[in-house]
Amino acid sequence: MSKDLFRQPQGGLIDRSQTISFQFNGTTYQGYSGDSLASALIANGVFLTARSFKYHRPRGIVGSGYEEPSSLVELIGDEESGNQPITRVQIRPGLNARSVNCWPSPNFDLMAVNQYVSKLIPAAFYYKTFKWPNWHFFEPSIRRAAGLASAPKNIHHQGHYETRYAHYDILIVGAGPAGLIAALQAARSGARVMLADDGLESGGSLLSQHVKIDGKEAIDWVRETTASLDAMDNVTRLTEATVWAYREHNLLVITERSPATQNVFQRSWRVRAKQVLIATGAIERNLVFANNDRPGVMMASAIQSYVNRYAAKPGKRAVLFANNSSIYAVARDLRASGVELVAIIDSRSNVNDLPEDLQDIQVFRNYVVEQCHGTKRLRAITIKNTETAEKTKIDCDLLGISGGWNPTVHLFSQSRGKVKYDANLATFIPGESVQACQCIGSASAIFTLQKVMQDAVQKTLQALDLDQSNAILLPQLEPEAEYSIQALWHVDLNESLCSKSFIDIQNDVTLSDVHLAMREGFDAVEHVKRYTTAGMGIDQGKTGNLNVIGAIALKKGCAPDEIGTTTFRSPFVPIEFGALTGTREGSVYLPYRHTSITQWNKDHGAEMYEAGARWRRPGYYPRSGESFQETVNRESRVVREGLAVYDGAPLGKFEIKGPDALKLIDMLYTNNFDSLKIGMGRYGLMLNEDGIIFDDGVTFKLAENHYIMSTSTGNADAVNQHMEFFLQTHRPDWQVKITTITTQWANATLCGPKAREMMQALGTDIDLSNEAFPFMAMREGKVGDFKARVCRVSFTGELSFEINVRSRDSLALWETIMEVGMPFNISPVGSESNHVLRVEKGFLSLGHEADGTTTPFDLGLNWIMSKTKTDYIGKKANEIRLAENPSRWQLVGLLPDDPNELIDESAPITPGGRREASEGFVTACVWSVVHNRVIALALLENGQSRMDETIYIRRKDHVVTAKVTAPCFYDAKGQLLRS
Amino acid sequence: MLKISCPFCGPRNEVEFVYGGPLKDRRPDDVSQIEDSTWINYLTVPKNPLGPVQERWWHVRGCGCWFTITRDTRSHDIIESEVES
Repeated sequence: MSKDLFRQPQGGLIDRSQTISFQFNGTTYQGYSGDSLASALIANGVFLTARSFKYHRPRGIVGSGYEEPSSLVELIGDEESGNQPITRVQIRPGLNARSVNCWPSPNFDLMAVNQYVSKLIPAAFYYKTFKWPNWHFFEPSIRRAAGLASAPKNIHHQGHYETRYAHYDILIVGAGPAGLIAALQAARSGARVMLADDGLESGGSLLSQHVKIDGKEAIDWVRETTASLDAMDNVTRLTEATVWAYREHNLLVITERSPATQNVFQRSWRVRAKQVLIATGAIERNLVFANNDRPGVMMASAIQSYVNRYAAKPGKRAVLFANNSSIYAVARDLRASGVELVAIIDSRSNVNDLPEDLQDIQVFRNYVVEQCHGTKRLRAITIKNTETAEKTKIDCDLLGISGGWNPTVHLFSQSRGKVKYDANLATFIPGESVQACQCIGSASAIFTLQKVMQDAVQKTLQALDLDQSNAILLPQLEPEAEYSIQALWHVDLNESLCSKSFIDIQNDVTLSDVHLAMREGFDAVEHVKRYTTAGMGIDQGKTGNLNVIGAIALKKGCAPDEIGTTTFRSPFVPIEFGALTGTREGSVYLPYRHTSITQWNKDHGAEMYEAGARWRRPGYYPRSGESFQETVNRESRVVREGLAVYDGAPLGKFEIKGPDALKLIDMLYTNNFDSLKIGMGRYGLMLNEDGIIFDDGVTFKLAENHYIMSTSTGNADAVNQHMEFFLQTHRPDWQVKITTITTQWANATLCGPKAREMMQALGTDIDLSNEAFPFMAMREGKVGDFKARVCRVSFTGELSFEINVRSRDSLALWETIMEVGMPFNISPVGSESNHVLRVEKGFLSLGHEADGTTTPFDLGLNWIMSKTKTDYIGKKANEIRLAENPSRWQLVGLLPDDPNELIDESAPITPGGRREASEGFVTACVWSVVHNRVIALALLENGQSRMDETIYIRRKDHVVTAKVTAPCFYDAKGQLLRS
Repeated sequence: MLKISCPFCGPRNEVEFVYGGPLKDRRPDDVSQIEDSTWINYLTVPKNPLGPVQERWWHVRGCGCWFTITRDTRSHDIIESEVES
């Protein structure tokens, strides 16, 4: 059985007592608990697992962790998901995975034809080719051919997402040797510690290496250490938790992929830490030579992981190719696993650091691999002497490559720490920190275990501001040779081999593509990245980016530090959106604000709208058999002819008190409030300093230095901000205080010719006669059983009484009104009919005519602009505007020539109805029950001087004509209001 | 997400605050006395430095006070915070 050929008989961190069946591309395989999908497939002898992004070349498994550039899978069935690197999927019963980007299978992929037209589709081909006759002709097919997995359609997973905030003294990113010892040091010193690691279990690189710590296997030390940490109250240790963003003020974001809590699918943490230790280790980079992407070519460290951690055998005849000394540990472990190691290809010149125990291996010094042979599987390599150019061919089915190690500086760089190039290590290493963080261990370019642990302990002490006496004892470690490397950004090749040498495997970017970008003038590193798309895949170029920088440097003849790196951006690995939002979805995401009668409204069939600022208000109350227009007409008619009631509770209300209250009100509004008497209200218009209409409302005077201001619903919060800002930052010396009372008061507004009779029927101690209680007055007293403030304000233009009560009385008031109002045929009405009625009156409505660009003069509100006040907010801006005298769009009424056709709001008005720049637009259009025809309001260029003109409105498919009139269609003198 | 120190409540997360723009001079008591061009400048040309800028924030989801901080636009470092006296 193939399982035995590619799995070692013992060893590894897998649990051989638990066999798991899973499916891959339709075939069923077996693996063990602890296997990743990658390791299980390798152990089953599966080596062809993918097709590349653009050329659809056969690909296999290259890495062992998040750096995997080659094989992506999508999960189907219950676990449906989009792209996952094959190395990051754990096998479990019922797993069903499929290679992306190939059809029907990686073995036989119809799109492989792309390889034969590869010369037509190099980097950035879409800027130059497929242009005639029209790019859009080709675009759909090209877009369909591009891309990887499709987005999952059904989410079946159990449970929900969760988000959490946390504060810690110290956050340690990564639980490899550095992170673990740092956590031990920090925890024993009493700090509150969070230790987060991306892996299935803590241990980092120690999970994949055979090293002895304190004379035992490294994994034993790891497990003892994690047990100690877990026993401490001041330590939170997360596994399968990736720290993927480092933001300002030491805020980091973590996604925990498998929290232990039942029913929580993933958890996202936002952690504010006093100190951060970045123990993210280092990532191995690849080498660039011809056909370096064939299945069977793997990162040397990945081979080490498959062989040690998973007890798999990724091939039968192996060769190792490297420019650095880390290859020797791989050689040792590969041989011990039973794989035949044929040779080591060492590109370094004049270096002989081969360890004693490997002396019997054939080493080709000063040699490089020029190309690989074999298409669906590696079968041989051609190596070349860099001095003599002598070539040799070696048969093999596994090639382990190591181009050197890059400290994982992504998070450090996101924290705005600077990275700098180290020529000795041939990589970028962390420099100066900007925030309270440090890199420790291999992330800090330290590559021997002894020094890693020393460094971790020292930096932890530094971070916690402790002296040496607090240092914990380090475990016993074996002596190790120092890491030594000679840069090899790419093998020296002729042009045709360059076009087959992959520098970014995931996005199919070749060395030729980098040279092409530079020839075209795109030679800055950020331009090369975008032109070629190198480093822009899901792997973000983890194994290839430095070689891109090196290739640019070689071509330009300068050093890599002059080229620099591209910007490191979050997320470090792909993360799920669900984890970011947590439970804030659906109705919780942007909750609605409800009045006490929302349920009553719903029970009476109201269609609920949002009235602004997330307030729920009824739009209309349809009766069975009615169309929308019929409902609105009925409701409008009952206001004009009978008796209606509507809920105005969400409108903003503010109590303004203090010796300077009047001064404030006069500054905020355009009109004069000096003469306002106690018990009376006045409609006020509020502008911003640019002179644009901001809000409106009625303000009442309750007593000397005591006012109540009302605002619109949607702008209440903005008005609050406006007033507080003015008072606190510009007039801190004024003595006036504002209290928000929006939700303390609810109201029910009775409106219609029968409103006064209804008030009498309710029973009140307030004198309702027009002399005692005129329009715009406010009276306090009892209405029915309720303590109330009653105001005569009107948005509809009819006789109205707004009964304000405590919010807790709102529902009872409403029910009382509906009962007492039955003989009057009282009808609740919503915002739709309110809208019709205010259009008939030409009253201001924010969001329609007042759209953030109109001034009061545009809307014909000259009457409300005080001529006696020398200053108020917005006054001077309008004076400047009027003095400049450009033509303005002004409010007019429209009577469409067709009295029955409703016109859409925002329909443009153009000269002659031609397809030209508009000279206005329709701001509101309704069926008027008073006039039995369609009426509209519009903003029209110089409209005030164009009365009776015919104008042209462009609707979607035809042009409509209308006559310009005054913007009021009913009771222009307002006599009904004042009755 | 910034960590902003409210003078009354101490350090809080950015979500509790509303940004109020760079510091402007006190609005004159009688704007009608100001030159048109000066007023246009006051309204439309905010301070926009690279480096430390004084700006206002409102602790709307807390104590409700408006205060001023000095923040470095390059690094987000917040240097000091104070209330208008």
